[in-house]
Amino acid sequence: MELHDVWFVLIAVLWTGYFFLEGFDFGVGVLTRTLARDRRERRVLINTIGPVWDGNEVWLLTAGGATFAAFPDWYATLFSGFYLPLLLILVCLIVRGVAFEYRAKRPEEKWQTNWERAIFWTSLLPAFLWGVAFANIVRGVAIDANKEYTGGLLDLLNPYALLGGATTLALFTFHGAVFTALKTVGDIRVRARALAVRLGLLTAALAVAFLGWTQLDRGDTTTLIALAVAALALLAAVRAIAAGREGWSFTLSGVTVVAAVAMLFLALYPNVMPSTLDPAWSLTVTNSASSPYTLTIMTWLAALATPLVLLYQGWTYWVFRKRIGTQHIADTPDTPHPEPETTRT
Amino acid sequence: MELALAPETLARWQFGITTVYHFLFVPLTISLAALTAGLQTAWVRTGREVYLRATKFWGKLFLINIAMGVVTGIVQEFQFGMNWSDYSRFVGDVFGAPLAFEALIAFFFESTFIGLWIFGWDKLPKRIHLATIWMVAIGTVLSAYFILAANSWMQHPVGYRIDPESGRAELTDFLAVLTQNTAVAQFFHTMTAAFLTGGAFMVGIAAYHLMRRRHIPVMRTSLRLGLVTLVAAGALTAVSGDHLGKIMYEQQPMKMAAAEALWETEGPAPFSVFAYGDVDEGHNKVAIEIPGLLSFLAHSDFDTPVPGINDTNAALQEQYGPGDYKPNIPVAYWGFRWMIGFGMASTALGALGLWLTRRRFLLAEGHRTTENEVPNLALTPTRLLGPALSRRYWQLAFLTLGFPLIANAWGWIFTEMGRQPWVVYGLLRTSSAVSPGVSQLEVLISMTVFTLLYAVLAVIEVKLLAKYIKAGPPELTEADLDPPTRIGGHDKDDADRPMAFSY
Repeated sequence: MELHDVWFVLIAVLWTGYFFLEGFDFGVGVLTRTLARDRRERRVLINTIGPVWDGNEVWLLTAGGATFAAFPDWYATLFSGFYLPLLLILVCLIVRGVAFEYRAKRPEEKWQTNWERAIFWTSLLPAFLWGVAFANIVRGVAIDANKEYTGGLLDLLNPYALLGGATTLALFTFHGAVFTALKTVGDIRVRARALAVRLGLLTAALAVAFLGWTQLDRGDTTTLIALAVAALALLAAVRAIAAGREGWSFTLSGVTVVAAVAMLFLALYPNVMPSTLDPAWSLTVTNSASSPYTLTIMTWLAALATPLVLLYQGWTYWVFRKRIGTQHIADTPDTPHPEPETTRT
Repeated sequence: MELALAPETLARWQFGITTVYHFLFVPLTISLAALTAGLQTAWVRTGREVYLRATKFWGKLFLINIAMGVVTGIVQEFQFGMNWSDYSRFVGDVFGAPLAFEALIAFFFESTFIGLWIFGWDKLPKRIHLATIWMVAIGTVLSAYFILAANSWMQHPVGYRIDPESGRAELTDFLAVLTQNTAVAQFFHTMTAAFLTGGAFMVGIAAYHLMRRRHIPVMRTSLRLGLVTLVAAGALTAVSGDHLGKIMYEQQPMKMAAAEALWETEGPAPFSVFAYGDVDEGHNKVAIEIPGLLSFLAHSDFDTPVPGINDTNAALQEQYGPGDYKPNIPVAYWGFRWMIGFGMASTALGALGLWLTRRRFLLAEGHRTTENEVPNLALTPTRLLGPALSRRYWQLAFLTLGFPLIANAWGWIFTEMGRQPWVVYGLLRTSSAVSPGVSQLEVLISMTVFTLLYAVLAVIEVKLLAKYIKAGPPELTEADLDPPTRIGGHDKDDADRPMAFSY
């Protein structure tokens, strides 16, 4: 395995980490309007991911930065080619970050419900759009001899890609529902379990269609194995949550995400962005990679820093391991007390 | 749709808007993280409640600010690929590495530990909780280093070769990229300017409350910390700026000639304080100059000639072929002056404040104040400033919180526009760096979307800051004074206890 292959794997790992982690916090965001019955429950949901969503999102920034460093042409073609969908994702991530941090900073109901609405939409849209983007990457897009994307916006919204988007949205929401069941107590936990079962079955139907299509289109034995793992893990996750085994279910829904992303990257290799115009114009791990020197430095970085990141990020989840329910949410959110007249102390 | 614009114009505007906006939050984030960490350290070490209240107050403003810094930073990470794909292809091998380092080392640090700090008040023992804010502070500094090393490579490329086959730049010496003098100098200049900004922010808000005789103990402490930070950082900003300037005279003589609107080579060269008329016309109509000072700034003596714009342009034409190598002269000239002027005005007001509120043993007995009083402003040991003048000082001190933000913005505009027409100095022109496949309509859409979104967020952010500033430091609760002794929270018997902090 050469260095650019190693980096193909590492980029896949970073995206997998991103979808595993931000996947459930996108899911929780979507559930704020589908599972939560009142504002207090919505706050329970938001607070299950409150301390961790930011760290989860950095997996995306790292995937982006690492792609820039390891495969500059992939980075350049992907982000200039998928311009408007990416713009929409960026806008969502900006608003979403501000929404989490600012929602509780004022007591007015209107202020808070506006940000809650923002959290819902800005979780739902990227969960869908990332699926669209990855489906297009795997399927191939119109790339010319100069490695430039020549298609338009509508070319990206093809049926396969839309199915991919629906699949990631459903999968992340399911993943989020299982996470919610794992992290809450009381009534909301019970309902999260029931909803997770229904979402799991919906996800299974979509995932079988999408991954099956991928298999028929560009699959081989390895992708078939990944597909089988994803499908079995998903069904087992549904069974586990139906049986109330939340820890197992979350592990299995995580395995589903990992296997599904792995399958997409396996279907992609050795391309990183196939061209539909001429296979010779496809971006591959060799023609879009950085020099061996840069890849060596990057490999050292990844080898030293990634375990450390996993360690302290994992520790964060342990610190916040306690389940939360409506009783743990203070009546008044964290807003400043009214301005005092004149305090002479 | 193609507009009658150069292909890079809109992309440059978008980069300028999003970057200047992002950088409003960056210096405050860097400095407030460290200052908050310092205050919390004081609380943990002394147990004095005034420090905890100050920590909570400045920490809250820090959080409101860092939220914006983080989300606007996401755009920065992807904008290179979106609008500057040819740039990305050309530099990715070199430029991508520090970005990846920044993400994997610094961003994870910041974002993980900030979550622990925000939600960790009732989950972590005192000292571990304190460590988390220091981790955030370290993360912000590391982040600055990597991104400034990347930017320095654009200012002065080192440690690379041009691959004859692909024509792109390839890294040959990563250590050279990280440790070249441009990177070190830019880092120190940016860091000191960041603390200047944070110090002024603290001084301004403390002055606001002290003028109204509110929250005196906390604000008195904050004023002192802010003033010391402001003046020390301000002085170091001048020193680091001088150092960076001398490096730039060597590496980018055109940028510095433009900064002075020095059209013809002069030796000894004067420093232009003010020029009237059109500095873009090849000569200045009215100019106030300090003889020899520019020679000193560039070369540390008063006589060495400093090359002018015309000579430099001719030299560059010889080196790189025919063309115009002049940046926008008025922007460089005035940008340089706004940067120095606003930054140093803030520092001067800080120095004045430090003198007026100096320690009480320097003052006559009747003029000394206790920790619970608004400090008297004293000109001499026996003479106090009158109420009207005192008020004037507090007002100026309040205003000064905005000055460094202006200085920072102009500093970046100056150094980036002063490098034009290059995006990577001497290697790649900005006009060759844009995404060929992205239409001007697409850039226009994204520029409009970001500008509108950023404007709305600015209003929200400033209002929120104002609200928290006016509210002043929070009263402490029982939970604040009773932090857990084990990781994960208090003992099992209070399983239903509400979280100390929740969104």
